[in-house]
Amino acid sequence: MKATRTAERSATLETLPVQGSRRRHILDLEDFNPKEIEDVLEMADGMSEVLRREIRKVPTLRGKSIVTLFYEPSTRTRASFEQAGKIMSADVINLAASDSSAGKGESLVDTARTLQAMGVDIIVIRHPMSGAPHLVARHTDVGVINAGDGSHAHPSQALLDIYTIRQRFGHLDGLKVVMVGDILHSRVARSDIWGLRKLGARLVLCGPPTLLPADAQAAFEAVGDDALSLETDLDQALRGADVVMALRLQKERQEAGLLPSQREYVRYYQVNEERMTLAKETALVMHPGPMNEGVEISHGLAHGARSLVEAQVSNGVAVRMALLYMLASGRESA
Amino acid sequence: MEEKIIMGAEDMRRALVRVAHEVVERNRGVEDLLFVGILTRGVPIAQRLAGHIERFEGVQVPIGSLDISLYRDDLSHGARHLVRKTDLPADVVGKRVVLVDDVLFTGRSIRAAMDAVMDFGRPQSVQLAVLVDRGHRELPIRADYVGKNVPTALNEEILVRLAEVDGRDQVVIIEGEGRQPSRRGGER
Repeated sequence: MKATRTAERSATLETLPVQGSRRRHILDLEDFNPKEIEDVLEMADGMSEVLRREIRKVPTLRGKSIVTLFYEPSTRTRASFEQAGKIMSADVINLAASDSSAGKGESLVDTARTLQAMGVDIIVIRHPMSGAPHLVARHTDVGVINAGDGSHAHPSQALLDIYTIRQRFGHLDGLKVVMVGDILHSRVARSDIWGLRKLGARLVLCGPPTLLPADAQAAFEAVGDDALSLETDLDQALRGADVVMALRLQKERQEAGLLPSQREYVRYYQVNEERMTLAKETALVMHPGPMNEGVEISHGLAHGARSLVEAQVSNGVAVRMALLYMLASGRESA
Repeated sequence: MEEKIIMGAEDMRRALVRVAHEVVERNRGVEDLLFVGILTRGVPIAQRLAGHIERFEGVQVPIGSLDISLYRDDLSHGARHLVRKTDLPADVVGKRVVLVDDVLFTGRSIRAAMDAVMDFGRPQSVQLAVLVDRGHRELPIRADYVGKNVPTALNEEILVRLAEVDGRDQVVIIEGEGRQPSRRGGER
């Protein structure tokens, strides 16, 4: 088969054998196999080197157009994708739902089809409804990257989280990663769970019982996976942790009656310096952003020596460059 | 598919020793030289060249490695390349860069490599050393130093195996399963 033969070739293209067909979309980490995740991480390393140059520009995606279509506000994710595209010389257009005809009632699929007719190669979409990116992928021929859909998935965030952890620890296998907060509604948590499990990390999901996915542990155990557990006591969860990820607490949860008060949440679930003494001495803290300092994470930890938050943001650009490259290569020009 | 060995380990060694001497002769010394190996197999070849030069000149020429995936012209044509890290040890400004690759074919990889090197700064000059030149250039590119000229047909393939990467040293030609380079885009 050509793919395995090319592994030996030197006089010809050094193509990477991709299991299965070449990926047309990045929608979910659930269907990535561990090797594919490793490939993305390795590509991100290559992209990181470009970001360290004095002139941060490569001609790779010249002539390709990328549209970020965000139906929900975002600072870091959107700017990150835009940066990533521009560094690789792509033409990037940003569309916010407010300034598109969505306000006039144009449907998502119609919007996507219009963009396709304009010759757009890749749509990066964030939408409040789970499954929206999949809808676009089904009804158009453009490449689709999910930048966060409802409470379902946020694959690029998880990949940059994994990349950041690997950067610091050298590996993910066997690390104890504790995720704290509103796991139930978090698309970041879901994608992180898929990715981290596929690479062998042990996971503890910690939060108030109303915000934990009650059947998660059982679901994993049912397929023979005993490396994921739920814990409502943060002190217990943090023992021996290598990485602690704090998730953003949204006001809506309290309004929906899932929390008695923010103050109580802070008392029992805030990730702070004092609690971190229970974790390993080498343990590090992460947050997908934007942070509610003083709520789910203390001010000191947010910007202290243990914080990987800034690394997450810079790695985000490298990882997104890798994802755009993955989708753009192997596609015949529009 | 049958393989025919056209260079054995000793042939390769002698060719590279000669190339190393030619590089020093042409540049009248080793000042400002910088070997840039094109990933993957250009790098061990560059290391061997630098090793030979160190033995007869007593000087270590710096070596960098260059990944050209981000500069290829065949992105839209179905080729997918794993991006690896470029590592250039020194500023290229004012240096005499010697690109090193295993096989020179269409010249497109070298075009990409030159664009990549230029993005790092303005070298004094760029030269090219290859182990094998198999002809069929599609761009006006030529090698300054060639280990062996091997005229080939388009339906043949040249494979360079190196101990560092493949466990042994040999150059083989494979009959009957080449590609039409300009149709697929982006060959050497």
